[in-house]
Amino acid sequence: MSANNHSLNLKSIREKLGLTHGKDYWRSLEELTESEGFEDLLHREFPRLASQWDDPIGRRRFLKLMGASLALAGLGACVHQPKEEIVPYVRQPEDMVLGKPLYFATAFSLSGIAEGLLVESHEGRPTKIEGNPDHPASLGATSSFAQASVLTLYDPDRSQTLTYLGEIRGWSAFVGAVQTALTAKSSGDGLRLLTETISSPTLADQIRQLLAQFPAAKWHQYEPVNRDNAQAGARLAFGEVVNTIYRFDNADVILSIDSDFLSGAPGTLRYIHDFSARRRVEPARTEMNRLYMVESTATNTGAVADHRFRLRPSEIENLARTIAAMVGVQSGITSAGNQQAKPENWISAVARDLLRHRGKSVVIAGDCQSPVVHALAHAMNHALGNIGTTVDYTAPVEAEPVDQSNSLRELVQDIDGGRVEQLLIVGGNPVYNAPADLRFGERLTKVPLRVHLGLYDDETSALCHWHIPEAHYLESWGDVRAYNGTVSIVQPLIAPLYRGKSAHELLAALLNQPERAAYQIVRDYWKAHLNAESKDANLKATTEPDSAQANGFEESWREALRSGVIAKTALPVKQVSLLTDWPKTQSTTATSSASPELEIIFRPEPYIYDGRFANNGWLQEMPRPLSKLTWDNAALISPSTAQRLGLSYEIAARGGEHGEVFADLVELDYQGRKLHAPVWIVPGHADDCVTLHLGYGRTRTGRVGSGAGFNAYALRTSVSPWFGNGLTLRSTGEQFALANTQLHYNMEGRDLVRSASLAEYLKNPNFAHGKDHAPPKSLSLYPPVEYQGYAWGMAIDLSTCVGCNACVVACQSENNIPIVGKTEVMHGREMHWLRVDRYYEGPVEDPKTSFQPVPCMQCENAPCELVCPVGATVHSSEGLNDMVYNRCVGTRYCSNNCPYKVRRFNFLLFQDWDTPSLKMLRNPDVSVRSRGVMEKCTYCVQRINEAKIDAEKEDRPVRDGEIVTACQAVCPAQAIVFGDINDPKSRVSQLKAQQRNYGLLEELNTRPRTTYLAAVRNPNPEIQE
Amino acid sequence: MASTPHDESVDVSVPPVIAPGYTFATITDKISSIVLSQRTPRGWIVGFAISFSLVMLLMFAIGYLLLVGVGIWGINIPVAWGFAIVNFVWWIGIGHAGTLISAILLLLNQKWRTSINRFAEAMTLFAVACAGLFPLLHLGRPWLFYWLFPYPNVMNVQPQFRSPLVWDVFAVSTYFTVSLLFWFVGLLPDLATLRDRASSLWGKIIYGMLAMGWRNSARHWHRYEIAYLLLAGLATPLVVSVHTVVSFDFTIAILPGWHSTIFPPYFVAGAIYSGFAMVLTLAIPLRKFYRLEDFITARHLDNMGKIMLATGLIVAYGYVMELFMAWRGGNKFEWFMTINRMRGPYWPMYWTLILANVVIPQVIWMKRVRRSPLALFLVALVVNIGMWVERYVIIITSLHRDYLPSSWGMYSGTRWDYAVFVGTLGLFVALVLLFIRLLPSISIFEMRTLLPQAKVGGEEG
Amino acid sequence: MSQIFHRSTNTISKVSIFGAIFVIGGVTWALAEIQRSSYNTRAFVEREQPVQFSHKHHVGDDGIDCRYCHTSVETSSFAGIPPVKTCMNCHTQLFVDSPYLAPIRDSFSSGKPIKWTRVHDLPDFVFFNHSIHVNKGVGCSTCHGQVDSMPLTYQVASLQMEWCLECHRAPERFVRPREKVFSMDWQPPADQIAEGRKLVKQYHIANPGVITSCSTCHR
Repeated sequence: MSANNHSLNLKSIREKLGLTHGKDYWRSLEELTESEGFEDLLHREFPRLASQWDDPIGRRRFLKLMGASLALAGLGACVHQPKEEIVPYVRQPEDMVLGKPLYFATAFSLSGIAEGLLVESHEGRPTKIEGNPDHPASLGATSSFAQASVLTLYDPDRSQTLTYLGEIRGWSAFVGAVQTALTAKSSGDGLRLLTETISSPTLADQIRQLLAQFPAAKWHQYEPVNRDNAQAGARLAFGEVVNTIYRFDNADVILSIDSDFLSGAPGTLRYIHDFSARRRVEPARTEMNRLYMVESTATNTGAVADHRFRLRPSEIENLARTIAAMVGVQSGITSAGNQQAKPENWISAVARDLLRHRGKSVVIAGDCQSPVVHALAHAMNHALGNIGTTVDYTAPVEAEPVDQSNSLRELVQDIDGGRVEQLLIVGGNPVYNAPADLRFGERLTKVPLRVHLGLYDDETSALCHWHIPEAHYLESWGDVRAYNGTVSIVQPLIAPLYRGKSAHELLAALLNQPERAAYQIVRDYWKAHLNAESKDANLKATTEPDSAQANGFEESWREALRSGVIAKTALPVKQVSLLTDWPKTQSTTATSSASPELEIIFRPEPYIYDGRFANNGWLQEMPRPLSKLTWDNAALISPSTAQRLGLSYEIAARGGEHGEVFADLVELDYQGRKLHAPVWIVPGHADDCVTLHLGYGRTRTGRVGSGAGFNAYALRTSVSPWFGNGLTLRSTGEQFALANTQLHYNMEGRDLVRSASLAEYLKNPNFAHGKDHAPPKSLSLYPPVEYQGYAWGMAIDLSTCVGCNACVVACQSENNIPIVGKTEVMHGREMHWLRVDRYYEGPVEDPKTSFQPVPCMQCENAPCELVCPVGATVHSSEGLNDMVYNRCVGTRYCSNNCPYKVRRFNFLLFQDWDTPSLKMLRNPDVSVRSRGVMEKCTYCVQRINEAKIDAEKEDRPVRDGEIVTACQAVCPAQAIVFGDINDPKSRVSQLKAQQRNYGLLEELNTRPRTTYLAAVRNPNPEIQE
Repeated sequence: MASTPHDESVDVSVPPVIAPGYTFATITDKISSIVLSQRTPRGWIVGFAISFSLVMLLMFAIGYLLLVGVGIWGINIPVAWGFAIVNFVWWIGIGHAGTLISAILLLLNQKWRTSINRFAEAMTLFAVACAGLFPLLHLGRPWLFYWLFPYPNVMNVQPQFRSPLVWDVFAVSTYFTVSLLFWFVGLLPDLATLRDRASSLWGKIIYGMLAMGWRNSARHWHRYEIAYLLLAGLATPLVVSVHTVVSFDFTIAILPGWHSTIFPPYFVAGAIYSGFAMVLTLAIPLRKFYRLEDFITARHLDNMGKIMLATGLIVAYGYVMELFMAWRGGNKFEWFMTINRMRGPYWPMYWTLILANVVIPQVIWMKRVRRSPLALFLVALVVNIGMWVERYVIIITSLHRDYLPSSWGMYSGTRWDYAVFVGTLGLFVALVLLFIRLLPSISIFEMRTLLPQAKVGGEEG
Repeated sequence: MSQIFHRSTNTISKVSIFGAIFVIGGVTWALAEIQRSSYNTRAFVEREQPVQFSHKHHVGDDGIDCRYCHTSVETSSFAGIPPVKTCMNCHTQLFVDSPYLAPIRDSFSSGKPIKWTRVHDLPDFVFFNHSIHVNKGVGCSTCHGQVDSMPLTYQVASLQMEWCLECHRAPERFVRPREKVFSMDWQPPADQIAEGRKLVKQYHIANPGVITSCSTCHR
């Protein structure tokens, strides 16, 4: 990384040291020198040498390992296990059965949009996140963010102490200080509140109370990844802000105008569920929906689209206008500027297809697109008669929808005007992620009293007087709305680990109730509002008597906690009428497409989002869906642009292809601001534009996130937050080492992902079995094995998988899989048991993308079993390929002989055996592997055994669907199905009975138990591509 | 072979296996003097100092390996086997010449073997010792190596006998034991000689103990002959079996480039090839340094050259067959692997191996080369390198791009890989030097039998 | 010159050759024995406990059922160690001021839990589930021995894998009627094998192939 970044790194380390206290000072120093940040520093110092930097093992670790290995090395016969203690409760909670997990309903929220969860808790430790089937936005699935959030809960780097100028203080001290500051001006003049997007009714109510008490006070909202454009678009179209809900389960044809609704938008999980349900072709049901995607940067949605159209962001508005005109949006729509490269027939074909499916189509615009495009989308849905069938409008989910860029700009102006005396930053990290042109950081320092509430001691808290550690959502009470308004109560599973405070408690303190617990606050609010809330739902919703009124509050409150949703709080559908004057207003951002310079595109990072997850190792190490990068972001460009600019990358001698890649380091120059970043070439990216992912380049977040990647906010302005023209890019001649898990994207004609168009499928349903036939069962020297009882198997539907990677995190969380850090990923040693392979077909400029989740195949003729000298991997009587960690001596022969390369080896001591908080995270039902043993996917055998034991105790067979593997549970597309293949009625057997079903590399006669359903796409026959 | 038995008989220029003019006494003096002389030659000290420091390096590398884990090496997924296995196969291969010379040539009654068999055997032992290190060290948890042996245990589990790695354990350990016995039995008479001639008390005691009361009695000689012959018979199949089993480590796997029936013969041939190369690499400097040209004559070099040539050609045939099968077999994975070897990222390795193992050794056809120690020495060195590269190519290029392109990866050794490899080289040389200094590196009594005086009747053909 | 070694020493060398074999064999045997010895398995070794709790008294003399304290034994993998509350159920009435019970009372008043020393300590990579064993007719005493005669608790089994396999390979040798599971004085009938076979069928105990699969206990 560039020079300034080193200094930042060192600065952050120095600050860390400054902030640590007393006896743990030296410990901290040593930890710092071992930290990922420090390693990355080294990488950035000598990107080349990085590959030779074999084993960043400090003295402490060295000694520790010596201890460990000596202990292990002792003859098994002579070493006693260390004395173990049992510490029972003094008074045991009633509903707790020791050794059995409990599940609690709660909700995770991102930008104020909720996702219902059921959280698994072992003896009071939340260990695993599952989706809440009763929650409309989840239906049992979860996003990667939610899955990984449990790691953030136990993150040892979370801020742990309330500080004033770096000195530890007590809560009361803070309350006192703020109270005095507030009482100075009873009008609240000079009091400013800066929050993120808020949908929590309780919190909104508290803020309104605050504003009532201090009439002169102001409330600002800012989040870098906001929905300003969508709201502005709604204002254009309807004159008011509305929340749009799409019902893809009714949609036959979908036109997405730069909307990544399968990974980014609110309600994504529900949308994936509905969308993929319409792509699941079965012998019985053979009609599919069709997705047209118009986008600049390659996204998952584009990858699964039937037709994809690359355009520079500025050209997209014109395309939207053209199509709008064709589908009969009333006149006045003039597509300004010369029309784009794509053949006219493409556009007309799309338009015809939409018109053919009036009332059964959806046009959806992306949050990054201009308000006009959003308005056009609304108009098109209107013209196509989709309102009420596939598109619903409701009141906004946000408690107070405002244009957040303006909101922040006002705040900054007030600061300049000296009108701000107390600034309370409730969550968020504006110093890091505010637009560069607002120079928020330096302005902030002008405010006399600055308070920051945050999970981490981050860039913002560094510039604030007071920093208050925020309580994680699994530690505190609250409430939040889902994409359709449904309210969930956020209920904690564990007392705050670091005495964190929730936003509710902070506001209570401002309202002179410093000791009021979040529980009381939330409960009281709902006591007062529950009826009202449900009533306005009832206006249209239901005929049956309102439960909330019929029974007492207690009951409905209990029910809300149990089910995870408050009944009938979904926002009612509202009728809106389309305005007509707006189409003439050509949006400013749309520029002529013939401009010579590069365009710049800003997008939230797929897993780090806006930077808030930067210190989450699981998300950092998760390969990005398309680029397969980990631990860094890069400037994404198209192959031809790279060629034009003479940029490329080369693979390292070690790791290489599946690990270390040296990418050209370039200097980005945008509106006079400069930034150094490595380039990454993404097939399918639009030409002449560069995508920067936000969220990296954190300088102060923790050992995992600090110093990783580069900070795209440095180039982002409040004027054009999503894309803009006039970027220049020049190579620095240097190279930068990136950690990439899959460089080779060509299938080498190996028929690994088998796919066909719907037409081809109808013509030949057996298309998946053309070339390579599975050899006959008899083809083995060993006698055939008959599986009595259960025979576990899995089927993965490639038509529905959208490559979101949620299964990968779920697996990591369920199976205590360690993260290994950038250096080891570069050496090709990442530990994920389940990976999602990404392949491209066709022209590199505009390829067809396919995803393929690859867990262990649990082969019946397993090559790995044959070669293990100690029998550490053997076949179970139910056809599982058991991996016995405690028997493994680590010859790694099994991995060599595994054609799927799904086995993972603990080359070093990857597992963290020291950090106490991380010990609480572990799943007690799965062995924690140590150095020198092989590991791999087990089909979540711990879940299988649990279910079998329960079934046997009740003297019945295991029911179909009773066992759900971690990856299956989390999958929003329901692409993964697990079960007993000896039971012909089980879902998995039925799927495997389909003709689309095939085994990966089945010609090797491994007889995999995990099989795939070949992908079927539904391209428009009118479009030849 | 270059010279058929026919021209062997007429060709007057064939040098004798021992230079004329020696008596029983002079032979004994000359050979035992190397061991019994009080002052150690400076060259020896320098050589030992260097090799011993490498042994220290080895110790350090192993220590660090045990503390930190095999992760300090370059191995990864997909390439989970690296230098360790390359070195293992290479060293085992080198270990083949010894037994071949001692056992097979003995049974074939090749008199010329006598002057080289002793240190060839010693070399075998040391090579196998070096080789033996690697399977142990490359384990993720080396301290549990004993789980590869079948023994009654409280877990009631046994090794998995379908795994070639278990066969390896037996093959290698058997081979080592038999070679050791063979070598030691062969040493007995000479140990006795040294015991009798040693001037220092310690020399007398130690050689005395090792000689195990050898008294040159007719009974001793009679039993000795029988024992030696039996051991030779026992060792002969091992020469073939060991490397066959080692080759199974690869052929049993389903990887393209490993799963091949040609492996056993061509591994054995390769082993003998490299073995003889190593014998030459040691013998030529040795005879120069200790002026043993009279005992290790041009005849020996000539014969060893011929054997190298022969085995080298078998190896070459192996390469050709691999290519042919890859093409004829019509397996797309196999074919891709073949092309990838030649044109992929590791192409320099492949072509080095062709050059070093196939092309260059052809110069041995020329008598001039066979008769020139220097030339032969250089060729032998080249072949040693070539054979190491061969194993590298077989293991790495097959692993790094196998079935799923998504998991293809690159491999290269780290400084620790090199440290261990160089370390074992040092260990090997150090042991050889100690052996030369402390034990008769040429069999004294067998040399005596080569003398004309020793001929009873005309049984020498 | 004279020989250092007299001819007689040859016998030594002969013996040493063959002796070596026996030495190696002996050492192996010794190691195996040590590994199975109670020195290593710590079977029959009484553990010090913070409170001198006597199963002999509570089970043997008072005849309290196992499940009174080990509440979750039938439902969970973990049999359950009673909370101090359970002790106090009785000991608010009995031996109220016995010095032996001081730790219990302190714990109850202070809320600081008692740290018992684990007696049956399986390795962490072994996943044992009490409930399924109890439900399939494996009695407490089969593994834990006659705790009703143990003043201080000790383990009677080696807890080594071969010991587990004795039963997993032939359950009929050990299973008993469900109603007898918690009885301490149950003795296998003369025709245990025949009886066992019946019970195995009756309780649908999975065949050895299933319960000796590695993933049954190791995950």
